[in-house]
Amino acid sequence: MNDMTPDREERSANLKGLGCSRKRVEDARFTQGKGNYVDDIKLPGMLHGDFVRSPYAHARVVSINKDAALELPGVVAVLTAEDLAPLNLHWMPTLAGDKQMVLADGKVLFQGQEVAFVVAKDRYIAADAVELVEVEYEELPVIVDPFEALKTDVVLREDLAGQTEGAHGPRKHHNHIFTWEQGDEATTNQVLDDAEVVAEETMYYHRTHPCPLETCGSVASMDKVNGKLTLYGTFQAPHVVRTVASLLSGIEEHNIRVVSPDIGGGFGNKVGVYPGYVCSIVASIVTGVPVKWVEDRMENLMSTAFARDYWMTGKIAATKDGKITGLHCHVTADHGGFDACADPTKFPAGFMNICTGSYDIPVAYLAVDGVYTNKAPGGVSYRCSFRVTEAVYFIERMIEVLAIELNMDAAELRRINFIKKDQFPYQSALGWEYDSGDYHTAWEKALKTVDYEGLRKEQAERVEAFKRGETRTLMGVGLSFFTEIVGAGPVKNCDILGMGMFDSCEIRIHPTGSAIARLGTISQGQGHATTFAQILASEIGLSADSITIEEGDTDTAPYGLGTYGSRSTPVAGAATAMAGRKIRAKAQMIAAYLLEVHDDDVEWDIDRFVVKGAPERFKTMKEIAYAAYNQAIPGVEPGLEAVSYYDPPNMTYPFGAYVCVMDIDVDTGVPEIRRFYALDDCGTRINPMIIEGQVHGGLTEALAVALGQEIAYDDLGNVKTGTLMDFFLPTAWEVPNYETDHTVTPSPHHPIGAKGVGESPHVGGVPCFSNAVQDAFRAFGLRHTNMPHDHWRIWQTANRLGLHD
Amino acid sequence: MTQKMHIKLTVNGEDKEFLAEPRELLIYALRENLNITGPHVGCETSHCGACTVTLNGKSVKSCTMFVAQANGAEITTIEGIGSPDSLHVLQEAFKEHHGLQCGFCTPGMITRATKLLEENPNPSEEEVRFGMAGNICRCTGYQNIVKSILAAASELNASKEAAQ
Ligand code: FES
Ligand code: FES
Repeated sequence: MNDMTPDREERSANLKGLGCSRKRVEDARFTQGKGNYVDDIKLPGMLHGDFVRSPYAHARVVSINKDAALELPGVVAVLTAEDLAPLNLHWMPTLAGDKQMVLADGKVLFQGQEVAFVVAKDRYIAADAVELVEVEYEELPVIVDPFEALKTDVVLREDLAGQTEGAHGPRKHHNHIFTWEQGDEATTNQVLDDAEVVAEETMYYHRTHPCPLETCGSVASMDKVNGKLTLYGTFQAPHVVRTVASLLSGIEEHNIRVVSPDIGGGFGNKVGVYPGYVCSIVASIVTGVPVKWVEDRMENLMSTAFARDYWMTGKIAATKDGKITGLHCHVTADHGGFDACADPTKFPAGFMNICTGSYDIPVAYLAVDGVYTNKAPGGVSYRCSFRVTEAVYFIERMIEVLAIELNMDAAELRRINFIKKDQFPYQSALGWEYDSGDYHTAWEKALKTVDYEGLRKEQAERVEAFKRGETRTLMGVGLSFFTEIVGAGPVKNCDILGMGMFDSCEIRIHPTGSAIARLGTISQGQGHATTFAQILASEIGLSADSITIEEGDTDTAPYGLGTYGSRSTPVAGAATAMAGRKIRAKAQMIAAYLLEVHDDDVEWDIDRFVVKGAPERFKTMKEIAYAAYNQAIPGVEPGLEAVSYYDPPNMTYPFGAYVCVMDIDVDTGVPEIRRFYALDDCGTRINPMIIEGQVHGGLTEALAVALGQEIAYDDLGNVKTGTLMDFFLPTAWEVPNYETDHTVTPSPHHPIGAKGVGESPHVGGVPCFSNAVQDAFRAFGLRHTNMPHDHWRIWQTANRLGLHD
Repeated sequence: MTQKMHIKLTVNGEDKEFLAEPRELLIYALRENLNITGPHVGCETSHCGACTVTLNGKSVKSCTMFVAQANGAEITTIEGIGSPDSLHVLQEAFKEHHGLQCGFCTPGMITRATKLLEENPNPSEEEVRFGMAGNICRCTGYQNIVKSILAAASELNASKEAAQ
């Protein structure tokens, strides 16, 4: 049945299923300004909330005087921790097993912390009233350096005083949160001691922020008559929010409806539960009318969900000819004032233990120390699976440093150490089982496409010309090869607040042969309404155009853990395929009945069941759908519906090979990206157009992080990058055109072999851009310099190396 | 609260009259007073362009202007560019070339692009990139936005030629 006759080809094309660059169904409303984002929601009588925030990074709150604010016409309420305490809502649990103040309870721990919540008739009045709330502070010593935090007598978290045990084991100091260890320390140290060559480096992966174009917000509406709470908001995981809201408020879960409307980008920013959400709920319960809270950009950058902030020290052992024999990694992780990292419960440092990368490293050891400082809480995965960006940056820099140590070509060093195709499934030294890969093929394809040898020759000539004084630009060739770990995850080891990280899909086929499918995930621009319909189209033989995808409403969608960590395709995509297969199994019985043959005598063919050996006798899925509703079929229930909850047997491991060619003006520090080549292997490709779009976007966010974007603090804990004036978001003018390419190595355990792609380009892109900058200076003795490589820092590097003399 | 003032605007061809505080930003007057929610708020500091509208023939970031300053102006927002039955060429091009993902920047992008193509009907890629540099997109990396605008430009030029 596999020959593609013209008829079959046409039928297959009509489905717009897997592999089709189907245009997005979402775009009609977005291009006409008809999206429905949280700030577009207006409910009758709705009030607006706004926060009084701390100007200090560490201070005692001596008193709060609301009188003047309450006197302002239009102000309805001012909430403080004291008001929330009777409801036990002045603190809330974090996803990381810590707790966090909703409103300052006695002290503040970071600049921008929420101190009081003003509720007023409109947002201007609320903002005026914020100014009228008088808060008296008593300043305390500010600790912004995690290393100092571990030495100082200053206790940041007085509420934890005396607690020597945290959610993730023993605490070594009053500002210490946890130590997370993976791998074999003794053997790793032994290998390092015995090694022919050891390269060592410390690198700082700076603090940054996902900064989606839409900030976070919510609208809570407590209907006191029916006892129902409806909560609209920027939630990447609406079901989890419902469960948390129920646990916190005591409202039974069936009386809470959480809706994620259109979301203006997430990138990890919208995974967490923030004080604003809680305060809008409380305010609605208190006032009995809907309350909206939408943060402004400065509040977004200062308070909700930073990313990264890892100090990483690595030691890598190798033979003289470049075979890596061991890896040691220690991380000091700055978590800010509360440990609010958004990681699966058992992984306080996320999947940092993917830091052996794409290489066959026999033994390794990783230890991560989490530390409190006077900075904002967060630690979200900014366009990556949990801490994978940090891990990949670490190993891809260590490889470069080792190449320098060995005086070896960095592409060759990678080639020597890649996990080989026949080693998959591969058991890594730090505990993961990589599902599938073919790294050598991808690498050779990438190097050949960019003419790697030619680039190195040109670079060497440029260095000579520079030395002769004929040019003031240097050329950098940035390489990176990454392995992502996405699709969290197997319920046996992945959960969020105790909820197993499965995902779900529920399908209803309508009598006339169209369908609706509902999922537990939520798109923030990834185009789920388009791609999930494609997965389903290929499974059930109805055109994707006849399938509606709905997400984000907990009253209608099946329970799911949401969209982050590139988990939608690996987990919910799998659930979709599995639910589709259940539909098909029932359809087979119906078809056999209609064709008057045994179930086993029909077989599936694109959009129909045909009688084996008699292809002219068939029933299309459309016909079967109708029959499911209008025929009494013995032994078969009427209707055609299915639901699947998918617990993935393993993570998926997308990978890719990136090359960046950069020219750097030594006198201005300005890098010019001449070429960027990105080869991605995300397994089965569902929609190539959307994949490409994801790669462009992820690379641009990588460019931002590598070349300038950071959340910086001064010594007093003041945020120095609180607006888009200082926080770098690249414009069309700074961004190059990217070349995209691919290989396809399907995941063996995923129903359709897909691995997920949205975050790969960010994970692989950051080290690639950074390596390009650093490679430009390799000939002049640079070993490592920290990101972000903005013009000023690049200039300083050149200066330090004596290139301005 | 300051005294409200009487504001008159022509928005997407319709006359609007309402009371607003003079300090209210134009973007909020559009979104809150007039329920025109196509233009979005991304920063309120004139950096992101999500709030872009056309005001008296110029691209304006409506978070940068008080409604009092806009009094009497003629304004076009994304809602006034094309209709469901007949989309603007740029709207079609953004759909065709995957020029959007989350869609939050899109109203501002398309509104700005309509002006860009009026100012320069035949832009080079560089000119598109420069002319759109006031509008930030966090999702697409711009490549397909640029592609969409260039495609729309040639389409518009082709139909102009055909009309001549
Ligand atoms: S909201 Fe106006 S430019 Fe950002
Ligand atoms: S499409 Fe999301 S910001 Fe542009």
